[in-house]
Amino acid sequence: MRGQTAGRPMRTAWLIAAGLVAMLFATGCGSSSSSSSRNTDMAQSVGKGEGELNLVAWAGYVANPWKSDFEKATGCQVNVKVAGTSDQMVQLMRQGGYDGVSASGNASARLVDAGDVSPVNVGLVPNYQSIYPDLKDQPYNTFDGTHYGIPHGRGANLLMWNKNDVKPAPTSWDVMLDPKKAAAYKGKISVYDDAIYIADAAVYLKAHQPDLGIDNPYELNKTQFDAAVNLLKEQQPNVGEYWSDALKQISAFSGGDDVVGTTWQYQYFALKGKGQPMASSPASQGFVPKEGATGWSDTWMISSQAAHPNCMYKWMNFIVSPKANAEVAQYFGEAPAQSKACDPSTLTAAAKAEGLPANPKFCDQYHAADPSFWKRVYYWQTPLADCGNGNTDCMDYNDWVNAWTDIKG
Amino acid sequence: MEAADALAPAPKRSVGRRLADLFHGRPWLQVTGLLSGPLAWLVIGYLGSLAVLLAAAFWSVSALTGEVSQTFSLDNFKTLIDDPVYRTIAWRTVRIAGLVTITDALLAFPIAFYMAKVASRRVRAAMVVAVLMPLWSFYLVKVYAWRTMLSTDGIINWALGPLHIHGPGYGTTAVWLVMSYLWLPYMILPIFAGLERIPNSLLSASEDLGASPFTTFRRVILPLAFPAVVAGSIFTFALTMGDYITPQLVSNTQFIGTVVSNNITNNLPLASAFAVVPIVVMVIYLLIARRLGAFEHL
Amino acid sequence: MRLSRSSRISLRIVVAIVLAFIYIPLIVIFIYAFNSSNLLEWPPPGLTLHWFPEALKNTDARDAFVTSLKVGAAATAVALFLGTLASLAVARHRFFGRETVSFLVILPIALPGIVTGVALSDTFTQVLGVPLSLLTVIIAHATFCIVVVYNNVVARLRRSSMSIDEASADLGADPWQTFRYVTLPTMSTALAAGALLAFALSFDEIIVTLFTIGPGEQTLPIWIFENLFRPNQIPIVNVVAVIVVLLSIIPVYLAHRLTREDEGVSGRGGSVVTEATATP
Repeated sequence: MRGQTAGRPMRTAWLIAAGLVAMLFATGCGSSSSSSSRNTDMAQSVGKGEGELNLVAWAGYVANPWKSDFEKATGCQVNVKVAGTSDQMVQLMRQGGYDGVSASGNASARLVDAGDVSPVNVGLVPNYQSIYPDLKDQPYNTFDGTHYGIPHGRGANLLMWNKNDVKPAPTSWDVMLDPKKAAAYKGKISVYDDAIYIADAAVYLKAHQPDLGIDNPYELNKTQFDAAVNLLKEQQPNVGEYWSDALKQISAFSGGDDVVGTTWQYQYFALKGKGQPMASSPASQGFVPKEGATGWSDTWMISSQAAHPNCMYKWMNFIVSPKANAEVAQYFGEAPAQSKACDPSTLTAAAKAEGLPANPKFCDQYHAADPSFWKRVYYWQTPLADCGNGNTDCMDYNDWVNAWTDIKG
Repeated sequence: MEAADALAPAPKRSVGRRLADLFHGRPWLQVTGLLSGPLAWLVIGYLGSLAVLLAAAFWSVSALTGEVSQTFSLDNFKTLIDDPVYRTIAWRTVRIAGLVTITDALLAFPIAFYMAKVASRRVRAAMVVAVLMPLWSFYLVKVYAWRTMLSTDGIINWALGPLHIHGPGYGTTAVWLVMSYLWLPYMILPIFAGLERIPNSLLSASEDLGASPFTTFRRVILPLAFPAVVAGSIFTFALTMGDYITPQLVSNTQFIGTVVSNNITNNLPLASAFAVVPIVVMVIYLLIARRLGAFEHL
Repeated sequence: MRLSRSSRISLRIVVAIVLAFIYIPLIVIFIYAFNSSNLLEWPPPGLTLHWFPEALKNTDARDAFVTSLKVGAAATAVALFLGTLASLAVARHRFFGRETVSFLVILPIALPGIVTGVALSDTFTQVLGVPLSLLTVIIAHATFCIVVVYNNVVARLRRSSMSIDEASADLGADPWQTFRYVTLPTMSTALAAGALLAFALSFDEIIVTLFTIGPGEQTLPIWIFENLFRPNQIPIVNVVAVIVVLLSIIPVYLAHRLTREDEGVSGRGGSVVTEATATP
């Protein structure tokens, strides 16, 4: 067994191996996703629960008490994967293994067009009937007349600050976006780490530089887009942290690393619950600074490869049932989609179940039934080249993502 | 004894023996048999997967759905070249990787030397255990501990407070610091093994020939230990090049891994194209390291 | 080596500083495991043992721990098998492309985790149509664990002379017997050291695992990742880390003893045969 030179046959073996790799490459068996057309399979009935449900959701959307209420009522054990950005949600749904997702507008169109989600038969979701009319048949949940999801609730992104460190109390986004004002809090500003934040800069410019002619902050031509990007590049040196994990932002604020930033109600209430001196734009303003704000209107969608479709339909009906929707809305701090959730006794019972103080005026404060309010809130949507007014020179999502990399440097 | 053996019947040719006969004298068959498993795994499985990923670098993507269409295009590389931010990020990653490597080499050498050449047997055993232990506390826990240490209310600012200095806080310095910390054991171990292999007789001979300890260090120890240092550097460099979690937890800076992970969902071709950079860098690094003899010291 | 007194002292000081650098963060983790508050300010307001039973009661952590053990053991077994085969081929034969094997074997660990993770994940889900699960994680881990087994065994085989194997063949053993009774025992300490290192690598791995694991499963690092920012869970995370570190002292020490004994038997740079024939 002395080491001998193995000679020519070894060479052949290597060539064969190399050839195999080349073959793999050449046949181009690569990342071809599922069919590029939309999925059209729609359930016709809901059977018995499968015993398990895997969800992708925003932080605070799937929690107790309504989660355990659901599990007791249906026997479907819920496993939730919390995602911090729409990109993560799309990634997870494509990876597979999940039954449903709480998709915002900058994910829903992508999921639908890639065939990752199936149409929803709203006839099988009785609670859908009493959902607020201005949430139904919207471009982010209905595509070519087909419903692809059940509305969950909506809200506006929040401007939050530490009362002790930020004075006077800001009423405008300029505390973060005006370079001079932002420099006062250099290194302590917290910004959402996603390309969609460029829309926030566009909302700001819509009010402060009207000659740019920005109308929809997600449909920006090159000039408008470059202006928004430049604003964010000026903001970058002042930013303390770009956050995508809600809990990471909570720890940053409570540790004193950040004092002002854009956030969701979930973090705001969590910090207040811990006794942190946080404040945000008041209820009287609808929690929205004077320029308006970006926001979201979320939709529960069912995966086209759902392994537990019955449990998913049961979930979709449950989460928009009056009590559950009232619970999640008050827990998170957003406007419920279910009109019956705004019934004062339902709101009070839900608050009690969560250990929150009763607030029968909750829906009024959050403008749940006030469509005109939501005109100031620009729900997340996917930027497309199609500007919607006949032009097709708007920047698309790839441009946004590339610009975001540019902005962060 | 030989006579009795000559009369004894030959042993039955069992399956094992027959197989052994087949392999005997045919080294190429032996090698093929031994290597077919690992090679299939690594070449077809791993390299094949890499090929699949890198093939995507030449494709284009729909902006809406992120669907990859297999139409050949060099646009992704064009984006990487045209937009200076990608160069900045790539260079930043390589620079920090280099700094971390140098830092770890400087920190690891004294301790490895002490363990190999100065410490008594028992102390050496204790120190090996002491150096290996941090490898068993989780990467994430260690990074998070550093995150709390570096925060405004953390231990570093608390300790430096009386001196009226502020700690580095979050940022590129923090990334360098934390990564130097994380990969240090990976540098200590190969250097320790390499130094151990230097026979003490060589060092005594050097002394006998009149060299000062410093000269012995410079002209005997260092050259002999250098391949081991390079071996350790493979880990510190590679692990820094690929990490995106540490930069995300203790800074705002973007590393190559950050960009790749941000683009994976909606623009896989761009992510793949950018992934070419660390792959090329590491392949070159490995080739140089192999030439310097590092592979024998891993 | 004789060092002057001052050199010795300076060396000792430097070593102490480096050891302090290595251990201060670990001590911080240790202290936070006893932190009475779950906010991570410094210094901690008080100490408590409260989190230890909480950690042991935490079913998610326990399940993740067991999953990590399973994945680690399986990945190590595969790595042992493939690594030994490869090292036998390389150490005992000369052939075209021999150098390339070392290169190939180190590639999975030298390339960024995200590259390996995404490449394997895409191959599993898109090319092979296989859903992600613990099996895909094991395959991924085994791929980058091969190198540690391979390196240890190759180094060991290079140090031992082939004359023993030849002597065994001369005495009538067939190759399988030689392998079982001669080669394998010689390699055993290298295998043990390689196995331990491979297990450690798999146990702590996060990035590749993130991309190759199925939705219902969690390894311990993934569980930590999910709980890293949850205020109520962070002390438990610290406790888990402390427990694992303490548990690891034994195998680490054992591995060290094994490799030391190994040195004693064959001597540095020599083989048993050389030693045996060296004695007059």
